[in-house]
Amino acid sequence: MAEYKLTTPLTDDDIVKLKAGDVVFLSGIIYSARDAAHKKLFELLDAGKELPFDLAGSAIYYVGPSPAPPGRPIGAAGPTTSYRMDTYAPRLHALGMKASIGKGKRSDEVKAAMKEHTGVYFGATGGAGALLSNSITKSTVIAFDELGPEAVREMHVEDFPLLVINDSHGGELYAVPDREAAGIK
Amino acid sequence: MRTIQTSQIVDAVAAMCIKGNTELPADVRARLEQAMAEETAPSAKEVLRQLLENADLAMNTKLPLCQDCGLAVFFVEVGDDVRIEGGNLRDAINDGVRKGYGEGFLRKSACDPLTRANTGDGTPAIIHFDFVPGDKLKLVYMAKGGGSENMSRVTMLAPAQGWEGIKQFVINRVAEAGPNPCPPTVIGIGIGGTFDHAAKIAKKSLMRRLDDTHPDPDIAAKEKELEEAINRLGIGPMGLGGKTTTLSVKMTVEPCHLASLPLAVNVQCHSQRHEEVIL
Repeated sequence: MAEYKLTTPLTDDDIVKLKAGDVVFLSGIIYSARDAAHKKLFELLDAGKELPFDLAGSAIYYVGPSPAPPGRPIGAAGPTTSYRMDTYAPRLHALGMKASIGKGKRSDEVKAAMKEHTGVYFGATGGAGALLSNSITKSTVIAFDELGPEAVREMHVEDFPLLVINDSHGGELYAVPDREAAGIK
Repeated sequence: MRTIQTSQIVDAVAAMCIKGNTELPADVRARLEQAMAEETAPSAKEVLRQLLENADLAMNTKLPLCQDCGLAVFFVEVGDDVRIEGGNLRDAINDGVRKGYGEGFLRKSACDPLTRANTGDGTPAIIHFDFVPGDKLKLVYMAKGGGSENMSRVTMLAPAQGWEGIKQFVINRVAEAGPNPCPPTVIGIGIGGTFDHAAKIAKKSLMRRLDDTHPDPDIAAKEKELEEAINRLGIGPMGLGGKTTTLSVKMTVEPCHLASLPLAVNVQCHSQRHEEVIL
């Protein structure tokens, strides 16, 4: 397992070398978007309108942070479960998104899109929201403020600790449940 | 009759919401430490190390342990000799949630299921009332996250399927959920009652301390059997593989209809945030 430091915007060269299990410390700007924001982003795409951020080389973080208390740029900010964004991710990869960040399994369609468009799926530790917020130095709502925790935020990250779950070659890190050992059919 | 003022309830609930979201309960912490000692895989150990560091940081900064501060779920036991003064008990609990989630900078995650519009203040709480002898008011609070709740299921088995059918369903559910609910999880199981009641007692099972033992030795043995089988799945912390897929299995068994075998599996993430106060 290799360890890399990467900076956004991400390039195909950045992505193609990553293998499932590699550790990545990501710096630069990432964008938060989860369920409701994805729906709105797609409404803009379908209407032929411009998105609030440039998808080329982007990393989208599936997160709905808790409110920032005084003196901190953001509240707790760990990943939400990714499969709910599976219907959206292939089209975003086709339009230039290079990475998504979340937790949990992805669909075969998302994995195929990552192969086709040289994308990667990073896992961040779920339930470590306070700890992960330490890597976010600045956070600004740039779209859909009315969505509250689900608004799109531009987040500046420094050495955000990530794990490559699905790479662009079809590799996957998650353990396959041992059904036989557990005694189930 | 003992009188309890609603203002007292509001303050107690607000304090529970804040403490519950920022301080990992001692029983959960101890179980995570035990898991870390048992795991040998570096990735499993690293996840557990991060979770313990996260708990320390949350405690020191008062940041929530997880950005998903949950829907506020309460199990309330009202003593027969208690009189609530100053307003309605349900309103007081919701006022407490509003205050706690606001003052504690907790994420408000309640929304309309169809329009998806956020209610803006974390309410309404999900409240289960019970009436018991005595002159106390007991409030048990849980911050129930959405990611793990989504992995939960209710099913109506045929009585012939019995314990074997229950085991198959529970373990399969955990296997299919895989990394999604933030393992190592706690599995709350409700067996019996009706369709709705099975789900309620599954949730109530999650209110137990992780280190308790079911008073019925047969059910305690069944909890252990399921816990061991689930941990043989090897899903491990955050699904990266390892010995700890579940921290604990908690079961509640109650009578049901002759024709039925209701079963509910309520999945809870490792951030098992529960608090209790007796007024």
